[in-house]
Amino acid sequence: MKLESQTQNIARAVKRVCDEYHSRREKLLQILEELNELYGYLSEYVMKEVAKNLDMQVSEIYGVATFYSFLNTKPKGKNIIRLCQTVSCELAGKQRIANALENELGIRFGETTPDGMFSLEYTNCIGMCNQGPAMLINDDVYYNLDPEKAVDIVEKYH
Amino acid sequence: MPNMLAVCINGKECEVEFGTTILEAARKMNIHIPTLCYHDDLCLSGICRICLVEVDGEKTLQAACSAPITRPLHIRTHTEKVRKARRNILELMLSNHYGECYTCFRNQNCELQKLAKEYGVDSLRFGHVELPRHTKDTSSRSIIRDMDKCILCRRCVRTCHDFQGVGALEAAFRGIDTEIQTFLDHPLGDAVCINCGQCINRCPTGALRERDRSDEVWNAIDDPQKIVVMQTAPAPRASIGEEFGLPPGTSITRKLNTALKMVGFDYVFDTNFAADLTIMEEGTELLTRLKDFIVDKKPVSLPMITSCSPGWVKYCEHYYPDYLPHLSTCKSPQQMFGSLIKTYFAQKIKVDPKNIMVVSLMPCVAKKYESDRPEMSASGFKDVDYALTSRELAQMIKETGIRVTDLEDSDFDSPLGLGSGAGLIFGATGGVMEAAIRTVYEIITGEEVPFENLNVIPVRGMDGIKEAEISFQKTKEDWKFLEGKTLRVAIAHGTANAKKIMDKVASGEAQWHFIEIMACPGGCLGGGGQPIPTNENIRKARAKAIYDEDSHLNIRKSHSNPQIQMLYNEFLDHPNSKKAHKLLHTTYTRRGKI
Ligand code: SF4
Ligand code: SF4
Ligand code: SF4
Ligand code: FES
Ligand code: FES
Repeated sequence: MKLESQTQNIARAVKRVCDEYHSRREKLLQILEELNELYGYLSEYVMKEVAKNLDMQVSEIYGVATFYSFLNTKPKGKNIIRLCQTVSCELAGKQRIANALENELGIRFGETTPDGMFSLEYTNCIGMCNQGPAMLINDDVYYNLDPEKAVDIVEKYH
Repeated sequence: MPNMLAVCINGKECEVEFGTTILEAARKMNIHIPTLCYHDDLCLSGICRICLVEVDGEKTLQAACSAPITRPLHIRTHTEKVRKARRNILELMLSNHYGECYTCFRNQNCELQKLAKEYGVDSLRFGHVELPRHTKDTSSRSIIRDMDKCILCRRCVRTCHDFQGVGALEAAFRGIDTEIQTFLDHPLGDAVCINCGQCINRCPTGALRERDRSDEVWNAIDDPQKIVVMQTAPAPRASIGEEFGLPPGTSITRKLNTALKMVGFDYVFDTNFAADLTIMEEGTELLTRLKDFIVDKKPVSLPMITSCSPGWVKYCEHYYPDYLPHLSTCKSPQQMFGSLIKTYFAQKIKVDPKNIMVVSLMPCVAKKYESDRPEMSASGFKDVDYALTSRELAQMIKETGIRVTDLEDSDFDSPLGLGSGAGLIFGATGGVMEAAIRTVYEIITGEEVPFENLNVIPVRGMDGIKEAEISFQKTKEDWKFLEGKTLRVAIAHGTANAKKIMDKVASGEAQWHFIEIMACPGGCLGGGGQPIPTNENIRKARAKAIYDEDSHLNIRKSHSNPQIQMLYNEFLDHPNSKKAHKLLHTTYTRRGKI
């Protein structure tokens, strides 16, 4: 009973968001962004409901959801760290930051800490190329990083 | 007069319409430009870049397949810059490709391999993959996916979405992480896939293939206890010659009979016989539904829709489950045939059906799934043990060293070896409809269809959707209720077209009585199990071969097939009899859309 009402709630919420955009196929990205914000990630059920509302194939929804690093198809930690992996940051020393973050949190990229506090991910260019290496934690931007600085910043989110 | 532009390619001049692509212009001038992600049947995508050419006035090389000509151009297709770029692209693709050509089913028919040779790739400059990185997806009854050989051209994706309207496959993730996946990477066997195999036919490499059953068939042939019966469908007979170097549109039916006996099949029969039987059963079913509707005012499911294409049946089960009662309950010819072999024929030759193996030669990958459906065993035995594609059988014949093209002709065995021209044209889109019309019209009026030489032209051809009307005059006593009435029919091939038809049926916009739907473009002759490549011109050539053969046959109407009449007299009583229902009809399953 409880489970049923939960899925019904999700179906209703998805429909509301889709309706906002008149269930237009070209608004898919905005729709997915809103739902990602709402639930933290796009579950199998959410993607299926979006497909139904937009009369699209669910595989298309999945293709878009996996293409963008800001959309998740798996549950994520409370804080999402996204380290830029694009060329300028790569040259500015991204790898050292990556190592430091992995050591500090005890997880690899693509994983979430057991306490659910942090997820570690790569992203593509975030527009800070002249001040790399750069990363995002949730919506906050950090740049000119070095390993110690990166670890200090992460600590503030504990 | 359209806006014409002067184009010069490699010094040759030509005028083309505004918007023509560079590739189209080059083809017109007989200049070869290599392609990989491009396919004649599919929309453009311009992602592989193998078709790069040099265009005067452009800083970068241009992708010929997707660059429209909008001003007069000078183009060069094999400058040093172009040759280097192409070779680079190939070396990069190979650096990400795990496969051993000599164990690959596309060996010598692989577009990647062919290009590597054409462009003189003689070293793996950027390295290559030494161990498999993916496990093969063998979950489907029909299709095997080996993503280690995928070059991400997305031809399968475009085929499945645009051509077939299914959308089982999609490019997931991005950049170096990109992979062709089903939704959430579920096994293909659990995905919404109709097993049409069109993706296999479009794939340039060995990444997609059918589930190969030839080993099991060899085992049966080698087993002295087993009587192995082969049935051949019309579409592969008009195409399998391509596997032996013959031009598309060369039918080799009777040479193939000889070859199959040499391979070791005990009996070789004609699926067209079962196609004739399908017409008797399905035609009767249609007339019964019409009578129930018009005379007895009973609620019946009209339009009635054909059920011989297992790809279409599964599409309907997934996408239009509410319309399953509209499907004819008839099994496909392949299954009817198998069912009769394990009963009627087994009794005739006095062999225990458990010692009989039925193998079918089909143009189709979905036939594998169909033959494995649990409901396809009403006789107590599996109707059809193994369904082989044209490609698999060609491979088996090649293994024997038999040169089919040099063989003498021979006839089918009796008594299930006689098929009419009506059964034969089942292989082309519109064929089932034409066969049904030839028979139904004659049952109702006692006269032949009012078309020259029995050729029901309006239902032929490659238009995605065809419509026709036939009205009945001077009806016979039993069919007076149809006097002056018009039968409206429609035909679709390719499930993307089926969707259009079904949406019209659902909205009530169209009032048809009978609809033929084939999952594959062109009908079975364009099936997913047919020789690679298949494209529009090849489909047309195969269709021509089939219609030509029909026009030269003596028996061209299903109900005139004497062996069909004999079967009803000796075994089934009459069409749609209780026995016929048990052995020749089936049921369907509602399935989810996602
Ligand atoms: S896909 Fe082509 S290149 Fe790759 S192993 Fe098979 S034949 Fe060779
Ligand atoms: S077999 Fe047909 S439905 Fe299945 S993935 Fe291939 S093209 Fe799509
Ligand atoms: S599976 Fe074949 S058709 Fe699909 S993307 Fe890979 S290589 Fe291309
Ligand atoms: S390259 Fe890292 S922010 Fe642009
Ligand atoms: S064939 Fe032109 S980009 Fe692939």
